[in-house]
Amino acid sequence: MIEVRGLTKRFGATVALDDVTFDVSAGEVLGFLGPNGAGKTTAMRIITCYISQDGGTVRVDGLDTTTQSVEVRRRIGYLPESAPLYQDMGVIDYLGFIGRIRGLEAPRLRARIDEMVTVCGLTRMAHRTIGTLSKGFCQRVGLAQTLIHDPEVLILDEPTTGLDPNQIVEIRDLIKQIGQKKTVLLSTHILPEVEATCTRVLIVNEGRLVASGTPHELAAQSQGGTRIFLTVKAVPETVEPVLRGSGVVRDLRLAGTPDGRARYEIGSDADEPEAALFQLAVQHHWVLTELRRESISLEQVFTRLTTRETVVR
Amino acid sequence: MRNVLTIAGKEFRSYFNSTIAYIFMVVFLVLNALLFFELQKFFVVGQATLRDFFGLVPIVFLFFVPAISMRLWAEERKLGTLETLMTLPLRDAEVVLGKYLASLFFLLITLALTFPLPAIVASLGHADAGAMFCGYLGLILVGGVYLALGLWISSLTENQIVAFIVAAVACLILFILGVDVLLTAVPGWLVPFLKGIALGGRFSSIERGVIDLRDVLYYLSLIGFFLFLNVRSVESRRVA
Repeated sequence: MIEVRGLTKRFGATVALDDVTFDVSAGEVLGFLGPNGAGKTTAMRIITCYISQDGGTVRVDGLDTTTQSVEVRRRIGYLPESAPLYQDMGVIDYLGFIGRIRGLEAPRLRARIDEMVTVCGLTRMAHRTIGTLSKGFCQRVGLAQTLIHDPEVLILDEPTTGLDPNQIVEIRDLIKQIGQKKTVLLSTHILPEVEATCTRVLIVNEGRLVASGTPHELAAQSQGGTRIFLTVKAVPETVEPVLRGSGVVRDLRLAGTPDGRARYEIGSDADEPEAALFQLAVQHHWVLTELRRESISLEQVFTRLTTRETVVR
Repeated sequence: MRNVLTIAGKEFRSYFNSTIAYIFMVVFLVLNALLFFELQKFFVVGQATLRDFFGLVPIVFLFFVPAISMRLWAEERKLGTLETLMTLPLRDAEVVLGKYLASLFFLLITLALTFPLPAIVASLGHADAGAMFCGYLGLILVGGVYLALGLWISSLTENQIVAFIVAAVACLILFILGVDVLLTAVPGWLVPFLKGIALGGRFSSIERGVIDLRDVLYYLSLIGFFLFLNVRSVESRRVA
């Protein structure tokens, strides 16, 4: 649905985007992850035709953003960072305005506005002026204007910033629901959010794409296989050679000796190293007190990738 | 066209969402009435004509019209709503035209509210209705030029005050280039050129309530020119 090829953008001397290439398929919820200034907002602004690129092409639904700009914008619902709204307009007036620009006409427009008000939880606030709304409700109005014309593509820039925990859950559920039928590209700093709502993740750093894949794939890639913690009540000198010779252990290090036991951190490329290690323990009469797979969190993947500047494809 | 009207409708309504619009109108009307009756000694002159009014308003416009146009683009930039507006399926020209029409309509309403003045003048003597009508038309055209200029300038900054000041100065320069006092000070060969582009020297026809086709063409082409510049400056945002 969205094809980005070799996207480059410079602001004066700063390179905001450097030869970025990625796809967003229909029905996907793609999470754009990256530190501040990584280029997420810039990329989104180029896709939504707000600014133009210095190099590369962007196609939405087969349409080029530079030559068929208006048609591209018709297919997209965009929520910019901090959901900017006209403070002096009423909620319904605002949605009516956006709806009309989006091509909705009288009877259907009214129906859609009512639908948006309900779906985004704005029923109590529908007759208020936007300037009197709290941040959470402003965000919801922003989301409503994004959805009112039922677009095929949704582009959301940090949709949950500034919301309280309850509101965050609601918005995330909403996005997940929408994501089942539409193409969603959202950017965020909040890693648990990515794990909760996205089917795929792109990590950007300093204008470059440093990782791409499902949250699970990224964790596996970054770890380099599986990591297991093994604690046995046995003498380290006897345990280590057995482990090294087992064929399941790629690398190991002694992680500590709690209460006189030996604790190892093991790296393995095998499919189910826990089974093999358990068998080893039984064979050699080790008392096994810990056999745990360490799952690396997305946060750790993120930190590693954005402080190390590695390009992983 | 539909989009132009939607934008225009929204902008026009938002003028009245704040007290600024009402204050503006009241001050404009009171000031004009005051100047017309007191400063220009209408009752002393004793003629049933709006001539002095038509000569006065374009000068009052110099400061009032930029106040109408200053918020149209600058506020969008400031609030960040420009990003939403520019990612809607609209052509840049549609947005520019919509904003322009809204501000023009607001100006029209304000001018229409000066109707007590021609009503008074007409009741006091034999007034030339045709001249009064043409005079108002001239005012609309002059106001239209200042609005187009102010709108363009508003698109160049995010600060409304800056937009106001620069627009007022720009209108002043446009006006002053045609004033006799200035024209005597410049080299001879420059005079016809300046007289051509300036707004200032054309008031005599407005004052007399005469529609000079050359002036109309002048006003319309200036309006077109500034609106064109406006579309360009909006487009250039995308490349920035």
